[in-house]
Amino acid sequence: MRYLFRKTMILVATVLMITVLTFLAFHVLPGDPAQMILGTQATEEALNALREQLGTNLPMHVQYMNWMRGFLHGDFGNSIRYSKPVAELLSGRIPVTLILGSMVMILTLAVSIPLGVFAARHKNTWVEQVVNFVTIIGISVPGFFLSILFMWIFGLILRLFAPGNYVSYTDSVSGFFSFMIWPALAIAIPQIAMLTKYIRTSVIDELRLDYVRTAKGKGNAPNAILYGHVLKNAIISVIPLIGMMIGDIFSGSIIVEQVFGIPGVGRLLISSVTSRDFILTQTLVVYIAVIIVLTNFVVDIVIQAIDPRIRINNW
Amino acid sequence: MRKGTPELVIGGILTGAIVIMAIVSIFYTPYDINAMDAARRMAAPSAVHLFGTDNLGRDIFSRVMAGSRFTLLVAVATVLSSAFFGTVLGMISGFVGGFIDEFIMRVIDAVNSYPGIMVALIIVTVLPYGNFTIVVALCIMFVPSFTRIVRTGVLQYKNADFVKNNKVFGVSDFRLLVVHILPNVFPLLLSSVVVGLSNAILAESGMSYLGLGIQPPTPSWGRMLFEAQSIIFRAPWYAIAPGLMIVATIVGFHCIGEGLRKRYLA
Repeated sequence: MRYLFRKTMILVATVLMITVLTFLAFHVLPGDPAQMILGTQATEEALNALREQLGTNLPMHVQYMNWMRGFLHGDFGNSIRYSKPVAELLSGRIPVTLILGSMVMILTLAVSIPLGVFAARHKNTWVEQVVNFVTIIGISVPGFFLSILFMWIFGLILRLFAPGNYVSYTDSVSGFFSFMIWPALAIAIPQIAMLTKYIRTSVIDELRLDYVRTAKGKGNAPNAILYGHVLKNAIISVIPLIGMMIGDIFSGSIIVEQVFGIPGVGRLLISSVTSRDFILTQTLVVYIAVIIVLTNFVVDIVIQAIDPRIRINNW
Repeated sequence: MRKGTPELVIGGILTGAIVIMAIVSIFYTPYDINAMDAARRMAAPSAVHLFGTDNLGRDIFSRVMAGSRFTLLVAVATVLSSAFFGTVLGMISGFVGGFIDEFIMRVIDAVNSYPGIMVALIIVTVLPYGNFTIVVALCIMFVPSFTRIVRTGVLQYKNADFVKNNKVFGVSDFRLLVVHILPNVFPLLLSSVVVGLSNAILAESGMSYLGLGIQPPTPSWGRMLFEAQSIIFRAPWYAIAPGLMIVATIVGFHCIGEGLRKRYLA
């Protein structure tokens, strides 16, 4: 209970801090949004009118309170560039990014758990060397370079999909997935490499523990020990990473959505940055950060429910 | 063979080659990096143009060479500045403790909860585009990880006997931190700095790809990949050269970081 209480307090503090930091970033740093939008040639009247419309003429704390009040009522403000409510812009794009992210997560877990166990079983052999080499390359390849390679090799040469022709899931579900698998792979490969490396280490560490020796002494088959006991514990040690991976996957998806031309949240974020649509950017940033913090919170709670050791160690 | 040697050798060779290339590019590139040759647009790699030419007829090899210089500069500037600020914050947080520690850690937690590149995106939105802005943006993005590392290190040594001993002899807090504690935290910091370099290169190339990093006409690997994307069918070599350079540089730093970690920490 104490653990839950402290975690919840930290969650509230972090969410508040995110809103304050984001707000400060957009309001304290030099630069007048009205000036940025209209350019240096704008007349003073036009600037004042826009400042009024954006609310940037009000005192800072009033602006912050207004913004937060809107947030709590589900009113995220209006985008300057699209002149539409941010909530409306978001609603169509969230499912796309969410599906993409889930595909990446499933791919990552489905490949790296078996691969990590495989590498651990072949410790100190050439197999391990090969896996090590491949994971180092995998970690080092930027998602957008992979995306371009995929578009060239699988799109233009092998013609497995049509690069640049995004298929909406409302038009064709199969078309959507056969397009989305490529960006999902491009984001997943660095994650797979990282997680494989981690699982390999954690299985090897686990195999060194006393209970494994005891189990062996009692005559259990090596595979029964590995799959019945070791793997379970090794996977528990991986769960905390999942919270971090969600952030990384979203980071990857920001750029990869851009490369493949996928109309998701990441692409909206980039277009808001390049058009200096600061209302849209600031709302998206808070929205995304809060979702990630909440997911991490849930992950933490789940872990401590599964593995009570954590409660004692890091209360 | 000492621990971590193979990684250090591979990393050293790769990184060394790229650093030499970057230094040479200050004095010499086979062609002028901005010279356009309309007759030789999108020429395939050959003895004349080692990596071929791009859509404007510029020599890709020369541009890749020069690109290494700017990529490395941005990466080094980013990591050194963020390691500096991270160390200062981490030392204060770990050593002073109490409310200040709690406050710094909550800010760091908040910054950390933005997916990496989003921090950089916020900074580029509010500051004018430019080669300096990208350094500031990436610096802020990397400060939290250094702060955490240094704070953990300081906490570990704060109550060590040798520190307490010095304290009894009236050594000032500042001297305790800088002269007695910091050197012990250094090995931790060193391998993070090297790994930080590879992360910085990854982030910079991504931002430059999006047009928010190093600004044209300054050549950068990320931006070259962006330009290559639209002509990938006619000139695939344009994407391959800068892409492989990014991978090679990151692998190089990664191996050095891993080697250092194995040698000094494991």
